[in-house]
Amino acid sequence: MSLDIRHLTSDFRHNNMRIGFYPGCSLEGSSKEYSDSLFAVAEKCNITLEEIKDWSCCGASAAHNLDHDLALALPARTLALAGKQGLTEIVVPCAACYSRMATSKNEISGNVATRQKIEKYIDLKLSADIQILTVFEFLQKYIFPVVDEHIVNKLNQKAACYYGCLYSRPKETAAIVQIENPMEMDVVMAKAGATPIEWAFKTECCGAGFTMSRTDIVAKLSGKILEDAADRGAESIIVACPMCHVNLDMRRPEIKKQLKKDINIPVLFITQALGLSMGISADKLGLNKHYVPTDKVVNCMVKLEA
Amino acid sequence: MDKSTHQHADTLTSQVEKATGVILSHCYQCGKCTAGCPLNEEMDVMPNQILRMLQLELPGYEDKILSSLSIWLCLACDTCYSRCPQEVKLSQVMDFLRQESIRQDKVNPKAKDILSFHKAFLDSIKLNGKLHEVGLTIDYKLRSLNLMQDVQLVPSMMAKGKLTIFPHQVKNTKEIAKIFKRISEAKQE
Repeated sequence: MSLDIRHLTSDFRHNNMRIGFYPGCSLEGSSKEYSDSLFAVAEKCNITLEEIKDWSCCGASAAHNLDHDLALALPARTLALAGKQGLTEIVVPCAACYSRMATSKNEISGNVATRQKIEKYIDLKLSADIQILTVFEFLQKYIFPVVDEHIVNKLNQKAACYYGCLYSRPKETAAIVQIENPMEMDVVMAKAGATPIEWAFKTECCGAGFTMSRTDIVAKLSGKILEDAADRGAESIIVACPMCHVNLDMRRPEIKKQLKKDINIPVLFITQALGLSMGISADKLGLNKHYVPTDKVVNCMVKLEA
Repeated sequence: MDKSTHQHADTLTSQVEKATGVILSHCYQCGKCTAGCPLNEEMDVMPNQILRMLQLELPGYEDKILSSLSIWLCLACDTCYSRCPQEVKLSQVMDFLRQESIRQDKVNPKAKDILSFHKAFLDSIKLNGKLHEVGLTIDYKLRSLNLMQDVQLVPSMMAKGKLTIFPHQVKNTKEIAKIFKRISEAKQE
């Protein structure tokens, strides 16, 4: 298994660095546990995340369908506010927010006319370059160098790391190296003591924003993902996207109907899984907020000898 | 050979190329986009066929494309683009086709719910600056008339603290409404 660690930097000095944080709407609502578990992990490693003041929605799956300029302007407003706050690096844990922010940043920085147009729309100046980090880039850059001393449990199980679309594509904003077989989350799960499995649906689409408008499609696509993970013996599915989580976890009854069988593999956010290996309580990591019970993951943990 | 496919300035083909920067003649119809599309089974016109129709500009092609269900089923997952040997950015073409389909009032009736959801989503942002999931759900139900959908989830979501009754808002919500307004005004100019 090749382990790609692209962002493990040698000039690591997080003590005097400010790391910005963009929660996005899901992390304040249906995926609160993603935010809680990220903060719990960061706190354990004495890392502070600074929320972008007065941030707004990125437009997610809706804006780009209806208006191209709006899809660029909404994330640009938040990027401009981050710059105003003096932040040079922000962590964006939601895959959709990450993708929309990276797309907006790319299109604006690549074209002066676009930049001027968008600045006029948002009535704010965009600052030079803000680094946008995915959650696994954040973990590798800031948590990995100090995490070893905090790891007390081994997550003794087979984990299927599921990346979905928005981290993997398009290549202009991809946060991974191998487009068809990314390894960035697998590296994190190996750190937590789990065995990441090879499987075929790592980057397939879960149905994303159709969760309400075409639940039948979501059940079909997410069902295929779940079935492959089950066939290959996965004991948990690890995600880093609130939409993937909702579709694979909350939509399980619809998936069950579609597949005509019951698959009860729990779906965890990557920060929850890493948090468990760091000895953070299941409650604090919000594992009780899931629809598919997560006890199987909690119970498989093995205490590491000090 | 002329690089661009279009012959006339005002056709859908030329509009697509102008708005997206995609050069449609680059597509040589290998069909990888359709093969990899997770929703090809559901589509009425295959992704590679949409590109072919844009290339050929045969009579009536504009209506066929703009009133297709396919353009609304496209999830923008970008599998097509990432596997395209010619790097035709089909997802961006699809974004433009959806916007044009609304502008020309040609949205496929079967895509009504999908469009209602997108509209309800943007209205929630316009109003609050942030998405309010409860507000979005109610708005979507009223638009789509799928009133009973997912009501069984409400008690459990409440218990899990996943529903926020009152929206989170940006400090000055007018600021966000102004962004929407400036963009729509620029479009009308």
